[in-house]
Amino acid sequence: MADPAPTLAPKPADATAVLVLSDGSVLWGRGFGAVGSAVGEVCFNTAMTGYQEVMTDPSYAGQIVTFTFPHIGNVGVNDEDLESQVDGAVGCVVREDVTAPSNFRAQGQFPEWLKAKGKIGISGIDTRALTRRIRLSGAPNAVIAHDPEGNFDLQALIAQAQAWSGLEGLDLAKVVSRTANEDWEGSVWHLGQGYGRPSGDPRPHVVAIDYGAKDNIFRNLVAAGASVTVVPAQTSLEDILALKPAGVFLSNGPGDPAATGEYAVPVIKGLLERDVPLFGICLGHQMLGIAAGARTIKMHQGHRGANHPVKRTQEGVVEITSMNHGFAVDSATLPEGVVETHVSLFDGSNCGLSITGKNAFSVQYHPEASPGPMDSFYLFEKFVGMLEAKV
Amino acid sequence: MPKRTDINSILVIGAGPIIIGQACEFDYSGTQAIKALKEEGYRVILVNSNPATIMTDHEMADATYIEPITPEIVARIIERERAERPDDTLALLPTMGGQTALNTALALFGDGTLEKFGVQMIGADADAIDKAEDRQRFREAMDKIGLESARSGVAHTLDEAFEILKRTGLPSIIRPSFTMGGTGGGVAYNKAEFEAIVRSGLDASPTTEVLIEESLLGWKEYEMEVVRDRNDNSIIICSIENVDPMGVHTGDSITVAPALTLTDKEYQIMRNASLAVLREIGVETGGSNVQFAVNPKDGRLIVIEMNPRVSRSSALASKATGFPIARVAAKLAVGYTLDELTNEITGATPASFEPSIDYVVTKIPRFAFEKFKGAEPLLSTAMKSVGEVMAIGRNIKESMQKALRGLETGLDGFNRVDALVGAARDDITAALSRATPDRLLVAAQAFREGFTVEDIHAITHFDKWFLRHIEEIIAEEANVECHGLPTDAAGMRRLKAMGFSDKRLAKLAVKSVNPVAGANAVRSGLLHDVVEAMAGATSETEVRKLRERLGVHPVFKRIDSCAAEFEAITPYMYSTYEAPLFGEPENEAAPSDRKKVVILGGGPNRIGQGIEFDYCCVHACFSLAEVGYETIMVNCNPETVSTDYDTSDRLYFEPLTGEDVLEILRVEQSKGELLGVIVQFGGQTPLKLAQALEDAGIPILGTSPDAIDLAEDRERFADLVEKLGLKQPANGIARSRDEAVAAATRIGFPVLMRPSYVLGGRAMEIVDSLQQLDDYITTAVQVSGDSPVLIDQYLRDAVECDVDALCDGEEVRVAGVMQHIEEAGIHSGDSACSLPPYSLPADIIAEMERQAHLLALALGVKGLMNIQFAVKDGEVYLIEVNPRASRTVPFVAKALGQPVAKIAARVMAGEKLSTFEPFKRDLPYVAVKEAVFPFNRFAGVDPVLSPEMKSTGEVMGIDKDFPTAFAKAQLGAGTRLPQSGTVFVSVKDSDKPVILPAAHKLVALGFKLVATGGTAKFLADQGVAVEHVNKVAEGRPHIVDKIVDGDIALIFNTTEGWQSLKDSQSIRQIALSTRVPSFTTAAASVAAVDAIEALSRAKLEVCPLQSYYS
Repeated sequence: MADPAPTLAPKPADATAVLVLSDGSVLWGRGFGAVGSAVGEVCFNTAMTGYQEVMTDPSYAGQIVTFTFPHIGNVGVNDEDLESQVDGAVGCVVREDVTAPSNFRAQGQFPEWLKAKGKIGISGIDTRALTRRIRLSGAPNAVIAHDPEGNFDLQALIAQAQAWSGLEGLDLAKVVSRTANEDWEGSVWHLGQGYGRPSGDPRPHVVAIDYGAKDNIFRNLVAAGASVTVVPAQTSLEDILALKPAGVFLSNGPGDPAATGEYAVPVIKGLLERDVPLFGICLGHQMLGIAAGARTIKMHQGHRGANHPVKRTQEGVVEITSMNHGFAVDSATLPEGVVETHVSLFDGSNCGLSITGKNAFSVQYHPEASPGPMDSFYLFEKFVGMLEAKV
Repeated sequence: MPKRTDINSILVIGAGPIIIGQACEFDYSGTQAIKALKEEGYRVILVNSNPATIMTDHEMADATYIEPITPEIVARIIERERAERPDDTLALLPTMGGQTALNTALALFGDGTLEKFGVQMIGADADAIDKAEDRQRFREAMDKIGLESARSGVAHTLDEAFEILKRTGLPSIIRPSFTMGGTGGGVAYNKAEFEAIVRSGLDASPTTEVLIEESLLGWKEYEMEVVRDRNDNSIIICSIENVDPMGVHTGDSITVAPALTLTDKEYQIMRNASLAVLREIGVETGGSNVQFAVNPKDGRLIVIEMNPRVSRSSALASKATGFPIARVAAKLAVGYTLDELTNEITGATPASFEPSIDYVVTKIPRFAFEKFKGAEPLLSTAMKSVGEVMAIGRNIKESMQKALRGLETGLDGFNRVDALVGAARDDITAALSRATPDRLLVAAQAFREGFTVEDIHAITHFDKWFLRHIEEIIAEEANVECHGLPTDAAGMRRLKAMGFSDKRLAKLAVKSVNPVAGANAVRSGLLHDVVEAMAGATSETEVRKLRERLGVHPVFKRIDSCAAEFEAITPYMYSTYEAPLFGEPENEAAPSDRKKVVILGGGPNRIGQGIEFDYCCVHACFSLAEVGYETIMVNCNPETVSTDYDTSDRLYFEPLTGEDVLEILRVEQSKGELLGVIVQFGGQTPLKLAQALEDAGIPILGTSPDAIDLAEDRERFADLVEKLGLKQPANGIARSRDEAVAAATRIGFPVLMRPSYVLGGRAMEIVDSLQQLDDYITTAVQVSGDSPVLIDQYLRDAVECDVDALCDGEEVRVAGVMQHIEEAGIHSGDSACSLPPYSLPADIIAEMERQAHLLALALGVKGLMNIQFAVKDGEVYLIEVNPRASRTVPFVAKALGQPVAKIAARVMAGEKLSTFEPFKRDLPYVAVKEAVFPFNRFAGVDPVLSPEMKSTGEVMGIDKDFPTAFAKAQLGAGTRLPQSGTVFVSVKDSDKPVILPAAHKLVALGFKLVATGGTAKFLADQGVAVEHVNKVAEGRPHIVDKIVDGDIALIFNTTEGWQSLKDSQSIRQIALSTRVPSFTTAAASVAAVDAIEALSRAKLEVCPLQSYYS
């Protein structure tokens, strides 16, 4: 494995970007996208498609995404493959220089799009070596910097990386969440038709708490037959109840569930006490777990990709899922009355729970996919079906 | 769900001989399946007629039937197994042996055999197979699940076809049902072409059925590899994108993995569609592939077809991702679910996941058009390639350039297309519009000639993304041609990371100086030094030295199925160039400190070098591992067993070039002890590297490269033969036309002419006259000082023999003496042969063995040696000696039941032959090998045997006597000898007495004979009842009319000389298309009659190898 000691590699002539790890390692490359610098935790994602979705997923707030697939940007960017309007990842690390796209839906090029979004890209990095490093030593804090002139103050960048306190204990949900309620309208995407529109029939009302949600969750709720109102992360229990929800959805989001949980968990507990049907994804799952009495832990390297097998413990069926999480519910701490419904086949970590006697369940992974396999859309139908049954 | 306990025996059907469309990928899948099933404790019964496979090694299955794969024979096997083990419950796994196994299983289901003997199909049942294979049912199934198919219709007659054409329009695609590799299909652009292709398609289809489809020419083509278990867990193993657009058979297309030009949304549509197809077709468990066409303008998705079995592309997907599809499919077939199986590559995660890869894989097919005079090198929907190379790189450029040099067609990257250098724009456009095997190189050349990405895309429909990368490679080449090589590590690394080989860089760099100086720079002296200083390097060796000075070496990355998310325990590696990240560039090779042997494989399959050599390499791995060496395999052929992750201890998936192999050895030598490299098992490919390895101080195991060279060098070898007092046919060597004429005159016609240093007898011809000699020299070969032509006395009608022997430098052991059926002059790879010899006197055999001993010791052979002899008039002539593994080694090993190649590998590693049991060569049975040919793929080519090897594969027939074994070999090769009917006989004068007893026998067996002029008269004079028939030139009705009408059941047609060969071409071609058995040599005709006689006496019986050996 790579030596964890700091390496101050000399700057190659063509270097216009640098990734500086908090241990002092300096990784030179070529910059694209925005100019400047940003601090974050370096994680890796093994999905081979869907970089635009990944880069607009609010759950990546505070992170620098290393794409393990070497060619990124092949299919350009378009206005459809967006998962939010907010800032997620601060930057990305790729092996190959981005070339002009080839895809009938492409409307622009990845580097220009990143630039407009204020995100920094670095290419020319041995992303596999970096990934192995993360696997062996955990996800490091780092600064990604891009300067077309190639001028970098390395000591300052190292200091910046070291000064950053990291994701643990960080409540990023309130940073990326909406600030006002929004009535969600769009349904799921179809080739040649774009995003659908729901019918005008009366539909069970879902209030979705946005901790940094991906839009495809709302689209799937609509497709499953719900009407959706998205509310900010810090919406009070009273305000939620005032919307008369048939059910409440707890979204994914970035950061430490324990930190966000400080204000979110009491709300969730309140909803549980009132037997409001609940469905949580990712961060929402973790906080439902906390509300039910479990604890969460920071994972060594996290799970980020689109090929993760999850087993439904009851049926024995395997779903290939999209994942993006660095924290997990510690299954050893699940209290009585909380059932582990899904488990990761990669490492046995908890991937889903349901609360006995309540219409409340959640999953650690991303059933909304985008990017990733659509094996788990059934969960949206299950949730909305639950609400319809109640109506 | 645990494995099924209600079955205990499983019959696996193999794919039979290697043919175009069905190659050694099915040995790979079958071998994996058998190992997987044995692990679970099942009794495995195998039927496969192909002796050159690992799967038919007698220690693989419990009962190994090397028998013809026909429904009748497999039914006999089932009957025998049921009779011997009445209490066993028997299942049939039909999904491992390609189309052959599926069709056979379906026939056995259809005729009630399976039901009669209580055999159930596992993996895929008859209905699912039928639904996937039957065009109409498949289409209906797709309609049902809302997936689009191309506008199409199924026709059983020409009239129906024209009716459908009204809907589809031209161009139109014709696909015959139930054929592999699209035999008989094609693209029609006009009505005449349409009619011709429909006719051949109806003919090729066993159900006389063709699908006629709207053309999707120019659309993008994709393939998804899917695995499903009985719990309905379904996963995608790999997506594959074709660089060649629709219109070129996927087996003939350049493909990349994973798909590179799809957004996630489009990819998921394809993923969902693939899973829906599997579910609707009802493939219960196992691997399948689904092919799609995508309209590049709007993403409209059309399902082309699916295969409810493992396939060529599943072999590719397995090698590309590290996920062993066939192994997993076999386990799923017996009841396991994906989550119960371990991912063998990581050893820690389950098989129920979708591999993620962090590299780009390129596959390029290899073709053999040069072997088939008259065949146009044009690609269409009927597959024509005979092999493929796969390459892995960290980007598309590296991946493509590695694949190009791994092809071994003389390319070291995107070589110039000389014919198009400076060509007119129209000519380049015309070249781009033709789907030729080298169209990728034509595209590269077009960039050099000023074409843009848009221009080339408009003509070829290659995706612009690929074209842009090729454009960048060509721009970089121009840069090196202008400025020479970089002098810093970063610059050099940048070039190497784009996949440029040292050889290519040297060629480019030399051009940077000036054309005249560059051309002279290859020589030494001051000029050379100046050019080297200016260009950076002038040769491959100098580029290598420059790299070494700069410290630029490749690193090795692991293929781990998970993009480094988990630690991989399996050392499966490829090279790439990386920049340093944390200090040094990260190298994951982690060589061991063990004593190691490197085995170099054979590269892509081609005619003359195929599965037989891979078999030997695999055996070298197995045997050296048994005695404790670490085995390291290097190969680039994804179809093979040698590139399976568990064949060797360490696997490098790399091109077999000097540069790539030396870099591997550099790393492997950095730790542990390299005992040496085995170059003698992989055919000509590794042998060509022997010199470079020796020069680099690498120990070569076994026979020295010098001895191999001695045997190949005519003049050195002639000296040795003389010294040993042996006899060779008279021969000469010519470096010009005049020398050729002189030599031929001295030797006397007929002579055998061929270029030097060849494998598989490429461009070899029997020359009967001066006129023919001139024709050969002007059209077939280039004669020059650098490439002389060899001229041999041609021993007409001599009996040819092959001898395979082992030697440890002191002791010699003959493993097998094979008598060819076809007379000398037919390439040994194309001849049928018998082990033991069926008609040679003992003293002749003893004489050949004596000569084998002398030669082995004189050459200092350590390992395997193959000798070819010709016997004429009681005299033994030495034809050639190859002190290396030969094509016949697996056949000999199967016939004897002895691990010939394994012993050879251990002898090469230093053991003595005396430590092994002597071979038991007194066999109470006979094994016959027969070759199979791809003539049906190459319209217009004369299907005749010659000194030029044309066969793609072989079968073995084994039985108690020669006629029965020969009958089985014929049946295995697809020739059904008739039991009644009319035999057409037309033989050259010298064959007439040879054929006479056979003619008598045929009449006695109730056959009617017809013959042309001379033969008819001869037979009538000898008292044989015969009817006269016109030759084609004699007016109608003639013999071809009779064959077309189905009046002829069997053809014996031998020719003398050039003209008579030409005259009879139409007979051979019509025989081929009407599938009338046809023999073009007297010896084979006689053997065929004996076989017919044997068949008339008794039905064919079946017997497993294990019983023959015990």
